[in-house]
Amino acid sequence: MPLRIARPPGLARQLLGSAHNGRAFSSSPRRQSSRSPDVPFRLAVVGSGPAGFYTSYRVMGKIPSARVDMYESLPVPFGLVRHGVAPDHPEVKNCQEKFDEIASSPNFTFIGNVSIGQPGHSTQHCTIELQSLLRNYDAVLFSYGASEDRKLGIPGESTLNCIYSARHVVGWYNGLPDCAGLDLDLTQGEEAVIIGQGNVALDVARMLLEDIDVLKKTDITEHALAKLAESRVKRVHVVGRRGPMQAAFTIKEIRELMKLSRVEFHSFDRSLVPEDLKSLPRATRRLMEVLVKGSPTPHESASKSWSLDSCLSPKQFLANQESLSNVASTEFNITELSSPFDPKSPVKSTGETVILPSDIVFRSVGYKSVPLPGFDDAGIQFDDRRGIICNDGLGRVRSLASSNKAEDVNKQNVPGVYCAGWVKRGPTGVIASTMQDAFITGDAIAEDWLSGAPFSNTSSEQPMRGWEEVRKEADSSNGRAVAWDDWRRIDQAERERGQKAGKEREKFTSTADMLAVLG
Amino acid sequence: MSTSRSLATGLTKLPAAVCRRAQPIRNQSRASLLSSRCSTRTPSTILSRAIRLSPLCQRGFSTSAHQRHGHIHTPKPGEELYITFIDKDGEEYKFAVSEGDNLLDIAQANDVEMEGACGGSCACSTCHVIVTEDDFFDKMPEPDDDENDMLDLAFGLTEMSRLGCQVKMTKELDGLKVRLPSMTRNLQASDFE
Repeated sequence: MPLRIARPPGLARQLLGSAHNGRAFSSSPRRQSSRSPDVPFRLAVVGSGPAGFYTSYRVMGKIPSARVDMYESLPVPFGLVRHGVAPDHPEVKNCQEKFDEIASSPNFTFIGNVSIGQPGHSTQHCTIELQSLLRNYDAVLFSYGASEDRKLGIPGESTLNCIYSARHVVGWYNGLPDCAGLDLDLTQGEEAVIIGQGNVALDVARMLLEDIDVLKKTDITEHALAKLAESRVKRVHVVGRRGPMQAAFTIKEIRELMKLSRVEFHSFDRSLVPEDLKSLPRATRRLMEVLVKGSPTPHESASKSWSLDSCLSPKQFLANQESLSNVASTEFNITELSSPFDPKSPVKSTGETVILPSDIVFRSVGYKSVPLPGFDDAGIQFDDRRGIICNDGLGRVRSLASSNKAEDVNKQNVPGVYCAGWVKRGPTGVIASTMQDAFITGDAIAEDWLSGAPFSNTSSEQPMRGWEEVRKEADSSNGRAVAWDDWRRIDQAERERGQKAGKEREKFTSTADMLAVLG
Repeated sequence: MSTSRSLATGLTKLPAAVCRRAQPIRNQSRASLLSSRCSTRTPSTILSRAIRLSPLCQRGFSTSAHQRHGHIHTPKPGEELYITFIDKDGEEYKFAVSEGDNLLDIAQANDVEMEGACGGSCACSTCHVIVTEDDFFDKMPEPDDDENDMLDLAFGLTEMSRLGCQVKMTKELDGLKVRLPSMTRNLQASDFE
């Protein structure tokens, strides 16, 4: 039961005064009359990953009257914290405790198993039109992440077997329902090639190289564990178009690979890294030091090995002579860095090629966001090339009708529409950077609201009814929306399954199984 | 209606630090009482600035139980160690704390605006602090590889940076002052055009 506390006179003005003083992120002077913080504010959040939760947290902290409804297409929350973070990094998932705390607020409603505009994966799924959200909320935040991956666009990529998207593989070992059916074949041979040198590539490499007994204790899915147990892979190439100085991976992931027991690291091309590491900036220097030092595992005692292969740009996949439908090798163009020590150095092809044996290939060259159905109608601008929603850098979504003229600054954005996370700034960064970015969007929302900027339904006299109204549409389909308490029951059921297997949890890998817990 | 709701939620409750500023520490029992009652952290400087002047801050606002990432100990009388946090607006918050407690737990228990996304397990950089004096920095045990690896990813990294979760209070650190890095980063110019 909410506690009733009378607000002292003058408080509203103080609140607004503070908001103005704290305008660190103001992009344009606004002249609207201020809004009282007592005016009810309804925010719809699309996507329940860290960007959605941290933005909600910020908004709820800054706008006391805010009520947040968070829509998630799966019956389970947390986005990439659940389905992206590697199972052997449980400490990274501790942020879920914070998200649970946020979701426990009486002003927060989780609405799982409901997607926006996208048809569902089962008959029990609900779909809401984007227009329905825009009609029933003051503001909508897009924080639905990056659901696709970039392709190489080279011969053989889509025709040969045993070439996998790293994003699918990550979803598969983490129990993402869409990827549960992935039939990963790790038995064709010993040589694996991972194309790309980001942390996803290193996560996949670690899964292939790590002792199965270590993985058993994590929340990796049972079917992934069974496949990895029968893996024949012994040699992993992590291949990049450029060199170590340009690679996207971070030091923790490299260090972990160096520490794996009985796993050897092959030496890399030392000429791509400055001789004198001391001259480098701190973070780069420490990363290069780990690479140069390599692994303590000597060749004789290694059962598996890996390498960083630089300056190779994939040209085509070649089929196996005996089994023509399977990949056997990958041909690469050898590239040359115009300035090997410059982190932004471009490369050009040398005209020479090299072939790496490839019994299995993982494509890991980045994730990509896609627009939601209804963006055009809502006037929301999406950048297909970069795979992000066009925004002002602070999370205000650009209008399709926007121009670059400075005097049109108030027309450039779609009122009441915001974005955060990977769909805002592209698919890079760790939880800490997503949190910072989410706070920036949260500050923009609060600043706009408290300063009286126009929102989605500014002309309406009535307070927005949010989910209470939107659900009438959801109810007309056969689907069932999942509430936070429902998720807790699913969570509990997963933990009980895990206990039997000696691990923290055994995830359900189909939405039907998740919903079956709820009866 | 909305007024009552807003003040009753766990997420918009009053930070203890605010209460503390209105009522500077006189004795430890009061400080520990406050830190145990005001059990949530909020990043809301808007709220805190507004409400510190009001008599409401004298009340306990624990309307619901909250999960805590860490807890701190009450220092024995005469054994208090002092630490000061300087927030990004330059405001100082001084607390009497107990030996052995780490800076993240201290900050969170006192509602200083510091996140600990990984729960203090040295797996993120959200509890980044900057030590203001060389002497204190040198008295701390060296950061290990794991801490340095996370610091490498921190915004606003300096030579005096540490992770709050890895620094424990000791007698040598009595009087320590740390600054919270400003999270403002000029994103729009370089990254979005």
